[in-house]
Amino acid sequence: MRHVYFATFFLAVLTVSVLGFRGTRSTRPPIELFPDMDHQAHLKPQAGSTFFDDGRADRPIPPGTVAASAPLDDDDGLYHGMDADGTPLKAFPATVTVDAKLLARGQNRFTIYCAPCHGALGDGQGITKQYGMTTTPSYFDPRRVKLTVGELFGTITNGSPKTPEGKQNMLPYADKLSVEDRWAVVAYVRALQRTQVGTLNDVTDAAQKEALLKSK
Amino acid sequence: MSKLFPKSANRLPLQLVLYLFVLGGIASAGINYYATNKWANVGYAPVQPVPYSHQLHAGQLGIDCRYCHSNVEKSGFANLPTAQTCMNCHSLVKADSPLLAVVRESYATGAPVPWVQIHMTPDYVYFNHSVHVTRGVSCVECHGAIDTMDVVAQAKPLTMSFCLDCHRAPEEHLRDLTKPEQAVTKLGWVHPGGEAGQHDQGVKLVQDLKIMPPQSCSGCHR
Ligand code: HEC
Ligand code: HEC
Ligand code: HEC
Ligand code: HEC
Ligand code: HEC
Ligand code: HEC
Repeated sequence: MRHVYFATFFLAVLTVSVLGFRGTRSTRPPIELFPDMDHQAHLKPQAGSTFFDDGRADRPIPPGTVAASAPLDDDDGLYHGMDADGTPLKAFPATVTVDAKLLARGQNRFTIYCAPCHGALGDGQGITKQYGMTTTPSYFDPRRVKLTVGELFGTITNGSPKTPEGKQNMLPYADKLSVEDRWAVVAYVRALQRTQVGTLNDVTDAAQKEALLKSK
Repeated sequence: MSKLFPKSANRLPLQLVLYLFVLGGIASAGINYYATNKWANVGYAPVQPVPYSHQLHAGQLGIDCRYCHSNVEKSGFANLPTAQTCMNCHSLVKADSPLLAVVRESYATGAPVPWVQIHMTPDYVYFNHSVHVTRGVSCVECHGAIDTMDVVAQAKPLTMSFCLDCHRAPEEHLRDLTKPEQAVTKLGWVHPGGEAGQHDQGVKLVQDLKIMPPQSCSGCHR
C-alpha cells in the first residue's frame, strides 16, 4: 500500500510540475477544457473571417452610403463648420448652445484627445514635446488666436493644413469625436485662448469685473 | 488447508476505501485548482505583432485609455486603435523605428495590424463595455493595472463567479464619475477613505443612480 501512496504522490508532483502554478504568464493560447459553444459561427467586430477575400469581418463602407441612424449632414454649418459658400464659420452654428455644460464636455474630451500634444493649458507643452514632437504649436500665438471657430472645427475634422511638402502634422480626429463633441472642444479651445489673450472687456458679469479691478 | 490470502489482506478493503478518499480529495483539489479560468486564462500574454507597451504610453506618457480605445464609452465592444491613431504621434516621433514597420504599412495600405486578442468571454455570454464604464466601473476591476504592463496579460479570471461577485455587491467598486480624479481610466485611484469610504460612496451611488446589475441568467445569457 505504501507504494501506491508513493506513486500517487509522485503523480501529483508530476502534474503540478507539468501544469505549473496558477496565473503564471504564458504566450500559449488558453486551454479550453469544454469548448461548448464558446466560438459560435458569427462575425465579431474587428475579428477575422474566412468568408471574405481580405480576411476581415468588418466590411468597408461602400461609397455613397448614408447612415440610417445619423441625419443627412446637409447642415454645412453644423457638420462642416462652413457657410453654404464654403467660408469657415465665424460664430457657432445656431443649433450649438455654448453653456457651462458644453464647456465641461469640451474640457473632458480635450483632456483625452488633445492634451497629450497641446498640453492641458493649450500652450503646446504636452508630454509628447519632451519626446521629440516639437512642432505642436501654442493656441496663443497671434495667428492661431485669429482662427475662426469654423477653422478650429475644420482642423479637428480634417487635420491641420498641409505643409508645402504635402505632409500633415496633425491628423484628423473626426473618427474619435462626434460632431457635437467637436463643437464642445472648439468652445473649450476658445475658452483656453481667452485665459491668455482675454481682456477685462470680455468679462460680462459686473460684480466679477469689479472684483477683478480691485485685485489689480 | 493452506491460507489463500495473508493475514494482512483483512485490512485491505479498509485501506482501499481510505485510499479512494485520499485520491478523491487530491483529484477534486486538482480540478478546483486547474479546471477554471484562473489557471487556463489568467496570465495569457500572447506575442503581439508590434511590441506596443501600455506601461510607456498609458503609464509614462499618461495617455488616456479612451484616446486609443475610443469607443469604450459608446459601444459594447472596446475597439483596438486604428493605425492612424498610432500615426498621430508616430509620423513625428520614432517615425522610422523598425518596430513600427507593421503600423506604417497598415496606415499606407489599409491592411489590418494583426493584434492577438487576449481577453475573451465565450460567445454565449453577453458582455457590454459601455454599460459598465458609464456607470462607474473602472477598467482596473476587470483588466488589472494595464498601465504598468509592458505586455498586456489577462489579470482577472473573468469567470461567471467573478462577474457575479461584483453584480451582487457593486457598491464595493463604483466610482463617482462627476469627480474627474475618479475617472474610470485613472487606474491607480483608490478611495482615500479606505474600504469604508468606498462602501459608503458606493451605497450612495447605487441609490442615487438606481444601479441594478443583472443577476438573473438572462441578463448575461441572452
Ligand atoms: C498627436 C499630437 C496632437 C494631438 C493629439 C492634437 N494635435 Fe493639434 N496640432 C498638432 C500639431 C503637430 C500641430 C501643428 C500643425 C502644423 O504644423 O500645421 C497642431 C495644430 C493644431 C491647431 C492649429 C492649426 C492651424 O491652422 O495652424 C489647432 C487649432 C489644433 N491643433 C487643435 C487640436 C485639437 C482641438 C485637438 C484635439 C481634438 C488636437 N489639436 C490634438 C498635434 C496634435
Ligand atoms: C500620444 C502620442 C503617441 C501615440 C498615440 C502612440 N505612441 Fe508609441 N510612442 C510615443 C512616444 C513618445 C514613444 C517613446 C519614444 C522614446 O522613447 O523616445 C513611443 C514609443 C513607441 C514604441 C517603441 C519604438 C522604439 O523604436 O523604441 C512602439 C513600438 C510604439 N510606440 C508603438 C505604438 C503603437 C502601436 C501605437 C498605436 C496603438 C502608438 N505607439 C501610439 C508616443 C505615442
Ligand atoms: C496609445 C494607444 C493605447 C492606449 C493609450 C491604451 N491602449 Fe490598450 N491597447 C492598445 C493596443 C494597440 C492594444 C493591442 C495590443 C496589445 O494587446 O498590447 C491594446 C490592448 C489592450 C487590452 C487587451 C485587449 C485584448 O485583446 O483583450 C486591454 C484590456 C487594454 N488595451 C486596456 C487599456 C487600458 C485600461 C488603457 C488605459 C490605462 C489602455 N488600454 C490604453 C492601445 C492603447
Ligand atoms: C466589467 C468588466 C470590464 C470592465 C470594467 C472593462 N472591461 Fe474591457 N473587457 C472585459 C471583457 C469581459 C472583455 C472580453 C470581451 C470579449 O469577449 O470580447 C474585455 C475586452 C476588452 C478589450 C478587447 C476588445 C473587446 O472588446 O473584446 C479591450 C481593448 C478592453 N477590454 C479595454 C477596456 C478599457 C479601456 C476599459 C476601461 C475604460 C475596460 N476594458 C473596462 C471586461 C471589462
Ligand atoms: C466591478 C463590478 C462589475 C463586474 C466585475 C462586472 N459587472 Fe456587469 N455590471 C456592473 C454594473 C455596475 C452594471 C450596471 C447596472 C446598471 O446600470 O443598473 C452592470 C451591468 C451589466 C449588464 C447589463 C447590461 C444591460 O444592457 O442591461 C450585463 C449584461 C453585465 N453587466 C455583464 C457582465 C459580465 C458578463 C461580467 C463578467 C465578465 C460583468 N458584467 C462583470 C458591474 C460589474
Ligand atoms: C453576470 C453575468 C452572468 C449571469 C447573471 C449568469 N452568468 Fe452564466 N456565465 C457568465 C460568464 C461570464 C460565463 C463564462 C465563464 C467562463 O468563461 O468560464 C458563464 C458561463 C455559464 C455556463 C457555462 C459553463 C461552461 O463552462 O460550460 C453555464 C451553464 C451558465 N453560465 C449558466 C448560468 C445560469 C444557469 C445562470 C442563472 C442562474 C447564469 N449562468 C447567470 C456570466 C453570467
